[in-house]
This record gives sequence, structure tokens and C-alpha cells, in this order.
Amino acid sequence: MTDIHKAFGSTQALAGVDLEVHAGEVLALVGENGAGKSTLMKILSGALRADRGKMVLEGEEYNPQTPHQSREHGVAMIYQELSLAPHLTVVENIFLGRDQTRFGWLQKEAENKVAREALKRVGAEDIPLQKKIASLNPAQRQLVEIARALAGDAKVIVMDEPTSSLTQLDTENLFRVISDLKNEGTSVIYISHFLEEVQEVADRVVVLRDGQTVGGGMIEELDIPQIIRLMVGREVEELYPRIPHDPGDILLEIDGVSGKKKPSDVSLRIRKGEILGIAGLVGAGRTEFLRVLFGLDPIREGQIRVTHLDLSLEKKSNPGSRWSAGLGMLSEDRKEEGLAVELSISENMTLTRLAPYKRFGFFLPWLRRERSEEVANQLNIVCRSVEAPVSSLSGGNQQKVAFARLVHHDADLILLDEPTRGIDVGSKSQIYRLIGESAAAGKAVLMVSSYLPELFGVCDRIAVMRRGRLSEAKDADQWTEDEVLHYAVAEVA
Amino acid sequence: MKLLGKSPALLFGQFAGVALIYLIFFSMGVSEAFFTVYTTKMVLAQTVIVGVGALGMTLIIISGGIDLSVGSVIALSCVTTALVLKAGGSIPTAVAVGTLTGAAVGLLNGMLIVSLKIVPFIATLGTLGIARGLAKIFSNERTVNPSLESIRGLSEVMAFERDTPIWDLPPGVWVMFGLGLLVAVILHFTVFGRFTFAIGSNEPTARLCGVPVSLCKIGLYTLSGALTGVSGVLLFGQLTIGDPTTAVGKELDIIAATVIGGGSLSGGQGSVLGSLIGAFIMSLLRNGCLMMEWPNPIQEIVIGAIIIFAVALDQFRHRRGVD
Repeated sequence: MTDIHKAFGSTQALAGVDLEVHAGEVLALVGENGAGKSTLMKILSGALRADRGKMVLEGEEYNPQTPHQSREHGVAMIYQELSLAPHLTVVENIFLGRDQTRFGWLQKEAENKVAREALKRVGAEDIPLQKKIASLNPAQRQLVEIARALAGDAKVIVMDEPTSSLTQLDTENLFRVISDLKNEGTSVIYISHFLEEVQEVADRVVVLRDGQTVGGGMIEELDIPQIIRLMVGREVEELYPRIPHDPGDILLEIDGVSGKKKPSDVSLRIRKGEILGIAGLVGAGRTEFLRVLFGLDPIREGQIRVTHLDLSLEKKSNPGSRWSAGLGMLSEDRKEEGLAVELSISENMTLTRLAPYKRFGFFLPWLRRERSEEVANQLNIVCRSVEAPVSSLSGGNQQKVAFARLVHHDADLILLDEPTRGIDVGSKSQIYRLIGESAAAGKAVLMVSSYLPELFGVCDRIAVMRRGRLSEAKDADQWTEDEVLHYAVAEVA
Repeated sequence: MKLLGKSPALLFGQFAGVALIYLIFFSMGVSEAFFTVYTTKMVLAQTVIVGVGALGMTLIIISGGIDLSVGSVIALSCVTTALVLKAGGSIPTAVAVGTLTGAAVGLLNGMLIVSLKIVPFIATLGTLGIARGLAKIFSNERTVNPSLESIRGLSEVMAFERDTPIWDLPPGVWVMFGLGLLVAVILHFTVFGRFTFAIGSNEPTARLCGVPVSLCKIGLYTLSGALTGVSGVLLFGQLTIGDPTTAVGKELDIIAATVIGGGSLSGGQGSVLGSLIGAFIMSLLRNGCLMMEWPNPIQEIVIGAIIIFAVALDQFRHRRGVD
């Protein structure tokens, strides 16, 4: 790809990008949100057309008009949000849009054979072909997507944040698959915010910033701070800013809490001014644990007390009562649950606590504007106006709005579920700073993450969840990453 | 400004729609009577039933729901109002009973949606049949005819004089404007209103933020039902009889008015003024077609086409606005 330009209205999304991928190479494409990675890949896959520039595939000019055409040329995209049809079976998905037919009849046997072979190549021969996608876990779905690309004879596979919903173990498996693909001569373009992963899996790195290629090179010649410098165009002093905070009195006491299926029999103490991390595999019950604590899912047994206020006894165990008890929660799924993206920043921020803006029973929207702007400034949310819809913001800024809700509410206990999923390095660092500042202000933070370096970088204590049960919470420096992983999988392995 | 609609531009667009319709009829050589104060008042009076119904529908559609039962509920309220009057009840009692009838069906809708977790489309499809059936049972499948004295006052809701100034509108129109203001205040200046937008925009987010979603929905459907009840009472005033077979298919007019007015069936969007203008556009079209002496089938086709055109135009503008 040479000199690719693309503008949306007055915004220049791509301003002259050059990109080269060799056969059998893993190329990592990195850059902050809004740098133009997704736009570039959409042009490559035919979902968008470039305003200017040229693409050459295997010596021939390549100019796909639709995603379908690009697939026929052997370019396959695997999107961040998996794009499989959940009600269809594995084999139906693999052949969706390219069914093998003879005289109008589906060639089921032939399809099954190709599908089985493709699954075998990604090391997933144990997934039954006739299983519905809906019953597979995220890692298996990902493998099916890759198998679909292979079954279509893909020469170039683009993976956009493939690991964001995978656990460490599944990620390692994916890396094995990628390296097998590479050895067979398939090229992989790998887009990720996780630079440690990039270092592990890629041969070469290209960094985009503001729609331009700003640098790159062979992976051996670059270290992470160098890549980050290229990405943000300045020094990020520290990815994990250390803000001093001291644990105080016990705030939350959890005794023998069980949910419908998970969690089971969890006990935990959290102090004010403390950051506690929960590690574990996806599906271990970490999200369910937070949801039970927050009254989103029913509690089966056990006790939850916040400064001696018994939350589990309350008949109406719902999020409303949690917010009023001083709890706040940030959902792992920003788009589906975390934010109402069509509503304004201010609306999203203040929804949990509108009472201060009421006079004589009437809610007066102009009263909250000043406070919203104050919080938005405090959190460095880059926006035209706090009345702009959340959908107009970048992913990182959206996540800051979700965090701003907790700040606006002045919650004493903050539950965070994957707080940095899918956001760029600069925003991550700012979220870590916010977490630290909250603790310094005497708030307690309970944070679930699948990304171990971040747990170790941010948390005072870490506990590991496995099949709904929670390990003892130990000081972060008493764990190693290996030990955490080992504990997370011990029963399975 | 916010009280009136989403944005000045959108508002302008809706008024422009009205102007456009006048222009089209003008260019086709409609009779001059179409542009008189008298006709305008008549069109406004014909807007009332759909307009008041559309106020309730606006609430429901903003919350991401839909209510198909409104046509039947209008008929049911019309019948109960007539029955009270026939039994010798006073007009205030009859109005209250008619309104509460609507509220009761709304409450039922809300309970079905919340406690049985039935999607609004199906739940209200069910109550569409139930309310119509009840209207027929209550009235013995005949029209209910209260005496002329007993309905004096109520029968004049749509009456107006030919040669009075433009602001001398029939009482029903003022009722519509008053209720419109009330609903707009509820939507924009109460916590309940903010919750309504939040639920329609993203229900899981609303739940996460502690919005009592179930309670709000029951409240919304009940309030909307009450407004539909008022619409039924007004229709009785217009017909002066309780007719159990009236207002069949009115729900579609009402939904169309709301959608023409900028309401989005996926929730989170809609405005009171928009819906009222939408209702006005519908009756303006009917009237224009009538004056052009187009036969009924042609009218239906024209109105159908306008609905599609209006919504397509609105979406086009929205997309442009986002980019």
C-alpha cells in the first residue's frame, strides 16, 4: 500500500500511509486510537475506498470494491467484534457467503471436509462442526474465524485486537496458531494495544500516528518505550504512575458470598484507600462476582457489608441501592452496558445522581452543566462540549466518561471490570492514574483484569479467581505472574 | 429550546415539512379554501385525536417500546365515557372514568412487559384484542347513546365558529397543547423523563446506573394509557356516542405521527413538538387530498408514501449530522 489518503468530511483520517507486508511475515500495526489503523485496514479489506493511493497484491494492482472481493483475492479480516452468526453452526459460518454448491445443492460433505481441515490447521479439531456458534467461548469463536479465513485460501489475514477478549492461556494458543500460519507462508497483520504481545508475536512493527506512518522496524531493534514514544509522539513518563496511597479502615466485608452458579463461597476484605485486583481466566466468574456485589445478579447466600451496612439483607438488592450505599461500578462492556452512547457526556456522567440538580421537584438540566465540565476537565476528557453525544468521542475518552460517572457520584467503593479494555496506551496510563488518585482520596478499588502486567502495575493486593472461587488476596509483590497463572488454571491443567 | 425538540435545525426541518406540503398542494392548484384560517382550524381539530395519542406514544417510543393497543383503547375509553353519562354520571366523572380506563390498560401493558418479560410489540398486540373485545362487551356490541342534555359541554370540544380570529380554537385543541406542554416538561425537567431517555437509549446502562427500569416502564405505559384515554374521551365528544368499533387502525396513524416527528423506533429519540407536527401533517394531507377531490385509495397511497419519504429524509439528515 503506498501513499494512502482518506478523509471523512473535514477530518483527514489517513494522510499518506505506506505499508508493506511480505509473505510469511507477521506485521504488527500499532498506534493510539484514532491513529488510522482501522481505517487503513478497512481500505485494505474493501469496506472503504481510499481517496488517493495505490495497492498492489502479489505484483498486481489490487482495488477491492467490497469486502467480498477482497476475500476472493485472499485478504481476510478478523474484526475486534467477532463477526460470526451465533445461530448458525461452525461449518455454516465457515462457508457463509461462499457455499459450495452443485446444481444449487449444498455440497455438505465437501464443506465438512474443508472445514475440518481448516480447523485442524488452527489446532481446533476438537470443535464439533455442527455446534452452534452461540455455544462456543470467545477463544473458540476466534479460532473458527481464523479457520474461516483459511478455508477461503487467505494469503493475508488481518487481526484487529484479537486478544482483547481472550485469557492469557488462549492468547498463547493463538500465538502458536499465528506462528504456524507464518511458517506456511500466510501473512498476518496484527493490530494490538498490548505491546508485550506485539513483541512476542510480530516480526516487524509499523507505527501510525495521526494518519501517517511515523516509524517502525524489525522487532528485535525496538523496545517498548521506543514504540510508545513513536505512538504518542512524546515521552510517556510512566505507564503505571505510582500515586502514594495508604490503606485505612476496612470498608467492605464479604463473607461466603455465592451467586446462582458463580461466584461460590467468596470472602474478602477491602480497606479504604486500597486497590485490590482480581485475576483469573475469562469465565472464572470474576464479572459475575462483581455483578452479584452490585446487585445486578441475585445473591444466593452470604453477606456483604459496607461499613457495617448489610447489603445482602436488603430485600431489594439492586444497583440503585448500591449506588446509594456508596458503591459504583464500571462495566466490562462499554458499548452494550457501560454507556448510552447516543446520549450526552453530561447525561452519562450524572445519571446515577441527578438529585443535586433538582429544584422543587423539577430537574433543571442547566444546573449540572458546570459540574459536568469540571469533572470532564479533571479527567482530561477531550470533547467539543459536555452536551455532545458520547459516540463522538474516541474509545479512550469514552472510557474516561464511564470513569467520570464514578467520580461524579463520589463512590466510596469502585468496582472496575476490565477498565482498560480496547483503549490506547495514553488513555490507559490516564486511567491508571485515576485509579491511583481515587485510592489516594481514600476510595477502595476492586479491579478485575485479564491483563496481568496491569494488575501488577496498579494493585496493592491481588487475588485469583478460579471456577467461581477466590484465592487468598496477597500483596502484589508476593505473587509472580507465573504463580497467578498457575493458580488460575491449576484445576484445569 | 430543548423543551421544543432536539435542535433548532431539526425543528426547522419539521416546520419546513409543513410548509412543503402547503407548497405542493398550492402548485397542484388546490382550491383557495385550503389556505384559510377556517380550514387550518378544522385541520387542527382533526389533529387532536391522533395528536393526544401521539403524546403518549412519544413517551413509549423514546423509552424504546411500542404500543399497538392505542386504537382499541381509544374505543374502550370512548365507550366507558358514554356508559357513565348514560347511567346519569356527571361529565367530570365520565372524563375521569374514560381517562382511568386508558390508564388501566396502560398499567396492564406495563405489567405484562415487565413481569412476564414479553416484548412490547407482542404484549400490546395482545391487549389490542383484549381492549377491543371489552369495548364490545361493555356496549353490548351496539353504540352507546347518552341523552343530548347529559353530554352538553363535552360535545362542544371540537366546535368552533367560522369567522373568529385564529386563536379562537376549539377546546380540544387547547387540551392537546396543554397536555403537550405537560409531557414535554415531564420528559425534560423531571428525573423520570431523564430515566425515560436513558432506558430507551441503552437499557443495560440504565440498569447499571441504578435506574429503576421496571418501575419506570410501568409508569410510562400507565401515563401513556391515560393520555390515550383522554384521546378516547375527546373522540366521544366528537362522535357524541360511544362506538366500540371506532378508531380501528388509529394506532398506526399515531405511530406514524410520532415517527414523522423524529421519534426513533430503536428508542432514545423523539420530541413532543415533533410528534404534534407529525399528527398535524397527517391531517393536513388528508384534508388536502380531500380538497383535490382525490378518491380514497389515492389518499391512502399518498399518505403512505409521505411517511416513507419523511422518515427517509430524517435519517438522511441524521447521517449527515453525524459525519
